[in-house]
Amino acid sequence: MSPVLLSDVKEGFELDPLSYDVNATTVVLGALATRDWRPQHHDYHFATERNGVQDIFINAPNQAAWFERYVTDWTGPRGRLGRMRFRMKGSVFPGDTMVFTGAVTGTEVDDAGCGWADLEVTVKVGDEVKTTCSARVALPMSDDDNPWSRGGDRWKP
Amino acid sequence: MSPLPADVAELIGKVQYEETGDFPVERGYIWTSAASVENGNPLFWDDAVADEITGGPIAPPTMLSTWFRPHHWAPGRTTQALPLQVHFDMKERFELPEAVMSDNSLTFYEPVRPGDVLSTRQVLRSVSDEKTTKLGTGRFWDIDVEYRNQRGDLVGVESWTGFGYRR
Repeated sequence: MSPVLLSDVKEGFELDPLSYDVNATTVVLGALATRDWRPQHHDYHFATERNGVQDIFINAPNQAAWFERYVTDWTGPRGRLGRMRFRMKGSVFPGDTMVFTGAVTGTEVDDAGCGWADLEVTVKVGDEVKTTCSARVALPMSDDDNPWSRGGDRWKP
Repeated sequence: MSPLPADVAELIGKVQYEETGDFPVERGYIWTSAASVENGNPLFWDDAVADEITGGPIAPPTMLSTWFRPHHWAPGRTTQALPLQVHFDMKERFELPEAVMSDNSLTFYEPVRPGDVLSTRQVLRSVSDEKTTKLGTGRFWDIDVEYRNQRGDLVGVESWTGFGYRR
C-alpha cells in the first residue's frame, strides 16, 4: 500500500467506512487488553443492575484503540497520531454493529515543517451516533519524509 | 456557579499521585491490544518495518493508560488499587456511587517502546456544579494525566472528563 501523503488529501476527503460486529468477546477482550478490570465491561449483571445499561459495553481506552486502528488503516504506518479527543454519547454493546466513518476537516504544515491532517471520525450503531472523535495525524510530505523521525521542537502535536 | 468546598478547591491544579508503572512496557500487551481491535499496522507486527520507520518496535500510542492500570491483585495488598485515583477520590468526596467517563483527549509525544518504564502524575483541573443528566444527578470533573519515560521524556498527556452521579 502506498503511504498517504499530505498532498494526497484535502478538506472534505472521506475515509472508507469500517463496519464491525461487536460481540461479548469484543468487549471483554478490549477491557482485558487495556487492563480494565471494572465489572461493567465483563459482568452482565453488574452492568444491567448497577450501571442500569442493557449489557456490558466497550470501555473508553479500547475505543481509543479502535479510533487509532481506523485512522492508521487509512494512513499506513508512516502516519503518526498527534492528538485525539473523543466524546462518548452512548455505549456500544454486544450485538451492535459499529460503523466508523471519517472525513478530513483540514490540512496544514506547521512551523516545524510537519504536515498534518485533521479528521472527524464518527461511530454509529444504526442511526445513533455513539462516539465522535477529532484526530490530528501527521502525514509524510513526500516519499522520503517520515513524521516518526521528529522529536523535541520538531514535533508539535 | 456556587463555590467548591474548600478542600476540593485546594486540589485544583495540584500535582497528585506521582507513581511509576507496575511493570515495563511489554510486547505481549501490545499484541493483545492490536488483536483486540484487529489492528494490522506493521509497526506492531513486523520488526523490519518498525526498524525502518520508528527505529524499533513501539507501542500503539493509544495504549498510554494501559501501562498504569494496576494489577487486579498483588501480594500483600489489602485494598483494591484504583487507576485514575483522582476520579475515585471525587466520587467518594461527593458521595456519588456511580461514575462514567464522557470525554477523553490524548496528546502523543515521544513513542513508547517495549522495556520503557513510565511514570505518571495526576492533576485535577476542574469540578462542576451539580448537574442532572439522563444518567442521574452529580458532577463533572476534568483530570489531566501526564506520562514520562525513564529518561524523563514526555510521552503523552491524557485528559479525562468524568461524571459521578447517583441514579
